[in-house]
Amino acid sequence: MGTIALGELADVVRSKNAGPYEITFDVLFNDYRTYAHVRDHGDLTEQVMASLFRIPLGDIVYCSFFEPAQSFKLTVLRRNSGQGGVGERDTFGCQQHAPLLGLPIPALSTGPDLATGG
Amino acid sequence: MTTGVRILTPVGMLGYGYPINDFWAAVDRGVDAIVVDSGSTDPGPIMLGTGTLLVTEDSYVRDLRPLLQAAGTRGIPLVISSAGGAGTNAQVDWMVELVDRIATEEGLSLRVASVYADIDPAIVLDQLDKGRIRPNVLGDLPTHASVHDTTAIVAQMGAEPLVPLLTEDHPVDVVVAGRAYDPAPHAAFCLSRGIDPAIAWHMGKIMECGAMCAIPKSGGVVATVYRDAFELTPISAHQACTPLSVAAHTLYEKGRPDLLVGPSGVLDVRHCTYTAVDDRTVRVQNSRFEPARTATVKLEGASPVGYRSVFIGGIRDPLLIRQIEDFLDQVRVHVGVLQPDLANGEASLRFHVYGKNGTMGDWEPHGGVGHEVAILGEVTAPTQERATAVCTSARVAVLHKSYPGQKATAGNLALPLTPLDIPIGPVFEFTLYHVMDSEGLRLFSTETRKVGI
Repeated sequence: MGTIALGELADVVRSKNAGPYEITFDVLFNDYRTYAHVRDHGDLTEQVMASLFRIPLGDIVYCSFFEPAQSFKLTVLRRNSGQGGVGERDTFGCQQHAPLLGLPIPALSTGPDLATGG
Repeated sequence: MTTGVRILTPVGMLGYGYPINDFWAAVDRGVDAIVVDSGSTDPGPIMLGTGTLLVTEDSYVRDLRPLLQAAGTRGIPLVISSAGGAGTNAQVDWMVELVDRIATEEGLSLRVASVYADIDPAIVLDQLDKGRIRPNVLGDLPTHASVHDTTAIVAQMGAEPLVPLLTEDHPVDVVVAGRAYDPAPHAAFCLSRGIDPAIAWHMGKIMECGAMCAIPKSGGVVATVYRDAFELTPISAHQACTPLSVAAHTLYEKGRPDLLVGPSGVLDVRHCTYTAVDDRTVRVQNSRFEPARTATVKLEGASPVGYRSVFIGGIRDPLLIRQIEDFLDQVRVHVGVLQPDLANGEASLRFHVYGKNGTMGDWEPHGGVGHEVAILGEVTAPTQERATAVCTSARVAVLHKSYPGQKATAGNLALPLTPLDIPIGPVFEFTLYHVMDSEGLRLFSTETRKVGI
């Protein structure tokens, strides 16, 4: 089965600081079937996220899908010298999401697993 | 309450500008309160540390004038929270003076309540000693020394200090509040009208950003709040709230999407429903709220850690780009020899290499480098002069140091700016971003005065 980039499937892929010590990532889907496909067939686990962002597993605060918003949320600790401090790279935390865009997801098929979904 | 309480938020941040005709059209349709957030920690600790405003005075005047006209001529209470950016007492007083000036110019007479959020360090130290300050998400507690070093401390007020100012007997026309939990002023207005806290807090969480919850985002939004539900409609006709845009905004800038922890309890949005009422309006129901057993506030404190000087320049030479990391290591060694401050750790030097990993640093998974790179040199030292001294040595070294295979012997760095070495002032860190038990403490005082004519 081929793959498709998460950025091709999601309608919103963003990062943002959540207070000075956390950055949170939101992946949002307008279409429920696409959301369900990524949830069920994508590999959006803590292990994959830790390796994608080159961070220790223990720095992942939250990593889960959230049905009411048809979304995936990842929150990780910021371990630089503090938001807006010495060595800051992204004060608002809004440009850390790019690696998620390229994450490979098994391609959507029109098979029976999707025909009955959502 | 079949008609609902109507709250207008013209923009997510006072001073960012809003569509004026759409604002007045919303006012003409009838609203019970205008609420606007004026502060944030998004820009880091600098506003709190220096007292810098989030936008210029002119921008505040432009945004405030129609709001004050609505308050003064239509009798619509106006609430401004986290005044000025950091919401310090000084910023609250500054904004009240501005309100006074505009009211006078407009021939308005307004009763203004100031609600203050500065916190006496002695209270913080006392609570710290009693074990009533909780570790931050990194697991750290403040120390006595870090509290003493803190330039300014504020606490995010919840709804409680604001509710008595917003009751139906209309005690004041304008509230200028210091640092507040972002949803607090919206929630306070609803709580003063007897609305369920779950509805009040969920509505506040979305409304504090204005029409960030709409497509396209930006501008203003009106919430119509009932006892057990609320509805959101953007004020501009080209925008729409959709069930997904509102659900999505609920989890914006929060660490988790399902349980949102605030000063007086936890908002549980796991069972919420988001329903389209019409093409532009969404109805939200089934929010739940679990009151906290102990009242808490979040403290914010900023402390200076030195002064910064910077330089920025571009490198286009592929012979240098392919060895850029080794080259910058050599520059660091060279500057350490020239500048004892760097060698002994009094000063720090960091290079941000744009085109390689300038945005993400160690998080960058992409191993490549572009055909050109920008070097931002960042120096921090105990004084501005010493920072600039190290910065100059570093910039000169990047500009002129030789490297293996060098062919461009006239210089390594394309410098766009003069002065070449740029002093940018003090740099701060958050020494406090901690939750403190506030049970039994009266942290937020209020003063009321009449302004204008």
